[in-house]
Amino acid sequence: MYWEKEIETIPRESLLELQLTRLKESLKKASASPFYGKVFKEMGFDPSQFHSIEDLQSIPFTTKEDLRRNRPYGFTAVPKKKLIRVHLSSEIIDDRALAVFHTADDIDQWADVMARSMAMTGMSDNDVFQNMLPYGLLTGGLGFHYGAEKIGALVIPAGVENSRRQIQLMQDFETTVIHISPIYALHLSVVFQEIGIDPRKHTHLKTAFIGAEPHSEKTRDKIEELFGIKVFNSYGLSEMNGPGVSFECPARMGMHVWEDHFFVEIIDPNTLKPVSDGQPGELVLTTLLRQGMPLLRYRTRDLTRVIPEPCKCGRTHKRIERISGRTDDMMIIKGVNIYPSQIEKKLANLPGTGPNFMIILEREGLNDHMIIKVEVQKEFFSGNLKQLENLRQKIIEALKTDIPITPKVKLVEPNTLAKIEGRFVRVIDNRKDLYF
Amino acid sequence: MIAYQLSVFAENKPGRISKVTGILAKAKINIRAITISTSDEFGVINILVDDPKQGYKVLEKAGLTVSLKEVIAVLIDDKPGGLDKLVQLLTEENINVENAYGFVLESWKRAVFVIDVDQLDKTQEVLKRSGFETLNAEALSAVEPFHYMKY
Repeated sequence: MYWEKEIETIPRESLLELQLTRLKESLKKASASPFYGKVFKEMGFDPSQFHSIEDLQSIPFTTKEDLRRNRPYGFTAVPKKKLIRVHLSSEIIDDRALAVFHTADDIDQWADVMARSMAMTGMSDNDVFQNMLPYGLLTGGLGFHYGAEKIGALVIPAGVENSRRQIQLMQDFETTVIHISPIYALHLSVVFQEIGIDPRKHTHLKTAFIGAEPHSEKTRDKIEELFGIKVFNSYGLSEMNGPGVSFECPARMGMHVWEDHFFVEIIDPNTLKPVSDGQPGELVLTTLLRQGMPLLRYRTRDLTRVIPEPCKCGRTHKRIERISGRTDDMMIIKGVNIYPSQIEKKLANLPGTGPNFMIILEREGLNDHMIIKVEVQKEFFSGNLKQLENLRQKIIEALKTDIPITPKVKLVEPNTLAKIEGRFVRVIDNRKDLYF
Repeated sequence: MIAYQLSVFAENKPGRISKVTGILAKAKINIRAITISTSDEFGVINILVDDPKQGYKVLEKAGLTVSLKEVIAVLIDDKPGGLDKLVQLLTEENINVENAYGFVLESWKRAVFVIDVDQLDKTQEVLKRSGFETLNAEALSAVEPFHYMKY
């Protein structure tokens, strides 16, 4: 089903033309922000001299570090009174998340791409949509909410209600479409079983949107089987609105990036040069319509590739594959992004801990566990077991604020953590899809 | 008098004790007593040796996390009630013992009870007042039942 057939099936040449027009506008808008204003000035770049899409190559990448250094308002391109919403990124850097600002038009355009994405899967105003992601600072809840309202579906803003309540809502209002995190979907199926309700027979569910956490094709299959529904994958990041950057069509062979809103590049993360379509690399995105906070050539750190063949659904917007990894060491635990550097900073502030640590991630059933091995400083050790136990508790307390699960902390002897090629291994992720 | 105990931080895994004893054996250091306290994942090996300073040196050199801890070695009678007399005194004086262990010097005559307390000075004073004899490292070596030859 098309939401805006004309734009969704626009011929590539016309799309490129549209992109160029919008790119020029976006550059002009961006130049009003303190950050890009300065960047353009320093490089002697005049947005009105921008003629072809190739010219984009001359503009430097924008990184998370740039956002961090210039927060909160260094990237806003309109007066503050024009901004109507702020969302935070799902990761904490220096104890604070990155902020992304939106104007009224931005929120409306975000709702547009969300409506387009959901309508693409067959959702309509006949549907009852239960939105089971947290509402609030992160983008998953409100992003889907606005899109579903735009479609005209009956929206149940269930958020993080408990599982029995969620099931009750599904039954009372005959929910047909849900937005849910993959791990929570698996957990919910267990609750269904406990209370003796078969979601395949005793609910009206037909579609689920999953995202917010990395998951495998197997997990998707499992959710489809457990609920008897079709599951659609999506990709987005709060720096680019949040959800609605790309979404699966009914063909479910990759996710269409809405290229009338976002300009897509895939680069080699080492050379930073663009790779040709079909080659794997890091996804780089440029906002084409955003007014509050335009971002140019933003390095997502997510690895994927563009699927070069045209999609059989008829849409002309480029498809990207399921994200295959990260170019940095970010971990995603229960939908929250965590960097080892955060943990490093917390440990550095605790006397007694050495500079080395290692994070081990395990998955047991539906639960993720984090084990952190921390080297004890030689000088700190006074021969007292209690002192070590106190240190262990202090580490747990310090890390709890950043991490959505209570980490297990193991104190180890100095200089015993493994090195590979002279470098410390910071993260070992043993989480596999164990369910199947 | 203060005695010194070697405390070694060790992860709770096979081979940690033998590593420590191996190093001490090679350095010809005699172990008088050894105790191990553990939590879930890690522990502390406490060792009373005849030459604590040298013991500290060799363990540290081997890369172990070791500390030289001040403890009190109290001489008690090796007979029924010998330990009780000491412990009753500590209780009366409200002295908390973090860690303790004992060993016999001469069967049915003398034993040593080693205590790790947070109030070192007070404890020493209390013991002195009550007529308990405490041993320092040298004294601990000297009261060997037979002379230990270093060669």
